[in-house]
Amino acid sequence: MNIVVCLKQVPDTTDIKIDPQTNTLVRQGIKNIVNPFDTYALEEGVRVKERYGGRVTAISMGPAQAEEVLREAIATGADDAVLLSDGAFAGADTLATAYTLARAINKLEQYDVIICGRQTIDGDTGQVGPELAEMLKLSFVAYVSKIDEISNGYMRVKRMIEDGYEVMETPLPAVLTVVKEINVPRLPSLRGLTKAKSAVIPVWTAQELGVDNNMVGLSGSATRVIEIFFPQRVRCGEIFQGELESQVSRLVDKLREATIV
Amino acid sequence: MEYFLTEQQKTTKNLARRIAEERVLPVRAELDEKEEFPWAIMKDLADADMFRVFIPEEYEGLGGGCLDLCLVVEELSRVCSGVAISYAATALGCSSLLEYGTEEQKRKHLPDVASGGRLTAFALTEATAGSDVSAIRTTARREQGGYVLNGTKQFITNGGEAEIYTVIALTSPERGIRGASAFLVEKDTPGFTFGNKEKKMGLRASATRELIFRNCLIPEENIIGREGMGFVMAMRLLDRSRPGVGAQAVGLAQGALEATVDYARQRIQFGHPIISLQAVQLMLADMAIAVEAARLLVYSVAKTIDSGEKNFTEEAAMAKVFASDTAMKVTTDAVQIFGGAGYMRDYPVEKMMRDAKITQIYEGSNEALRTAIAFELRKRKARRE
Ligand SMILES: Cc1cc2nc3c(=O)[nH]c(=O)nc-3n(C[C@H](O)[C@H](O)[C@H](O)COP(=O)(O)OP(=O)(O)OC[C@H]3O[C@@H](n4cnc5c(N)ncnc54)[C@H](O)[C@@H]3O)c2cc1C
Repeated sequence: MNIVVCLKQVPDTTDIKIDPQTNTLVRQGIKNIVNPFDTYALEEGVRVKERYGGRVTAISMGPAQAEEVLREAIATGADDAVLLSDGAFAGADTLATAYTLARAINKLEQYDVIICGRQTIDGDTGQVGPELAEMLKLSFVAYVSKIDEISNGYMRVKRMIEDGYEVMETPLPAVLTVVKEINVPRLPSLRGLTKAKSAVIPVWTAQELGVDNNMVGLSGSATRVIEIFFPQRVRCGEIFQGELESQVSRLVDKLREATIV
Repeated sequence: MEYFLTEQQKTTKNLARRIAEERVLPVRAELDEKEEFPWAIMKDLADADMFRVFIPEEYEGLGGGCLDLCLVVEELSRVCSGVAISYAATALGCSSLLEYGTEEQKRKHLPDVASGGRLTAFALTEATAGSDVSAIRTTARREQGGYVLNGTKQFITNGGEAEIYTVIALTSPERGIRGASAFLVEKDTPGFTFGNKEKKMGLRASATRELIFRNCLIPEENIIGREGMGFVMAMRLLDRSRPGVGAQAVGLAQGALEATVDYARQRIQFGHPIISLQAVQLMLADMAIAVEAARLLVYSVAKTIDSGEKNFTEEAAMAKVFASDTAMKVTTDAVQIFGGAGYMRDYPVEKMMRDAKITQIYEGSNEALRTAIAFELRKRKARRE
């Protein structure tokens, strides 16, 4: 069983600040962490390996420092890791990201299951998983909360839906996104940390992936972020004064006006 | 301060802290309240390779020593001393094998301990024999094919939870303590049962039980060391484990100090945080000084032991006595600074104060250890005269 887990390094949003002047994220002094949802993906990958044997390869696209999340992945059970890093990848939206990841996974050749987190805590779109499946022409199951069984090229999983869950079978290889209910991620181990310290993590660039430069990074993105802003809080309370009777009738008028009553 | 730790030791300490904060902290009050053995946390510690820390590499450990163990115990105890002792008791329980076991015994058992698959315990104390170890009555009669154990051990940490027990019993009762030997007894051996779990003041997450042996036959190869060596071995092993109790005490005191600084910064009386009161500041400073002194004493004895030094009995006793007295004083002062709130279970310091008391009692009461230190001082002076 060859398992690929996709991980992203994200700013720790528990202490995020937005510069009120420029309306952009204050990156200084913000800790980078593994996208929390991806830790469940990694844990599930490691558990599948423990049950069925095989290898777990962690991949991440990001700047050079994203290597940290891959080292953490190795410390927590991944066997190998690959970093996809190139100036040309910068500014990628979900489409360009999925394209880049798909090229890398194709380059790995051997894979049976690809596991992603359900979404990132910075982008929050939840699109990369399904886009990746589409580009790899693989079947896809979102919001997986349990992997019941893998046998004979099939996998049976439970996926969360709004008012319950569905049990699905999918042929392998397949792409899954997982929810946090699926497991409790383990912490790194001492042997894992030692291994992670000395692990050689290859960096694959645009050239090595043989990508079409118009499909990666900002130029490959179908969407543009035009502005990031705090929603304006418009509060205009109105205080009625005078006789209680007249206050009540004015309130009723107002509510009618607003078609609330 | 980084002390003089190696890179590996820093990694170990940091990971132990992370486990303590992420896995122990959220459940410590509940474990204390329900007196529940922390199996889930033992599993986390095992997964993180923490049981490998004190086992040599030949037996699937990471080859650390006394200091490495102390660092883990300190970090766990900073959050919950009950969890810390459940872990540390395994280090003591298998130290008999590490120090005196045959190659075969080590190969058979240590890898399972290293993986965290089997906890261990150390059983010396009996109802009649606390500080006076020579009063033990449990016997191990030699018979065809092995030894038959009879007797009851009392107050045994990890009793009932551990799989492997080091038990001190008399092979030659007529020789008194010189007739004691050490044995390895596995859980589920016929004739080996447990008493009820003790209801304790502190360390309530840890399990303390009686071990009851009724015609319990164990194979001959389960003797550790030679017949008659039991007492000397037990004393040496306790010397070696005392810095661990010191580390437990240091962690506790550190946890109490940190909680107290936090509280004193928030608690407003007379219009100001109480940390601006000089009376509180002086107490906090004294707490910090004592904790740091205790830590350095524990680390330096542990490091000395790891360097291969043979004579460390007194220093190990000093580290245990000083650190445990510090933990008692610091946790008591912590409750004092918290005021009435500190007396309530809503804050962690009342638990820390309850947990601290035992560190002055077990693995040699502080009185017994002070007596032993004074005895050595006298002996040395007499020798020179
Ligand atoms: C929570 C807990 C866990 C424990 N875990 C273990 C374990 O895993 N394995 C194990 O074998 N034992 C264990 N013990 C037993 C522990 O080591 C003993 O309780 C300790 O050695 C003291 O013995 P005692 O309780 O019989 O007290 P006693 O020996 O009766 O002491 C009573 C008082 O007399 C004083 N005293 C006695 N003798 C002297 C002396 N010579 N000089 C000066 N003062 C003296 C003591 O300091 C104390 O104040 C545990 C105990 C507890 C409470």
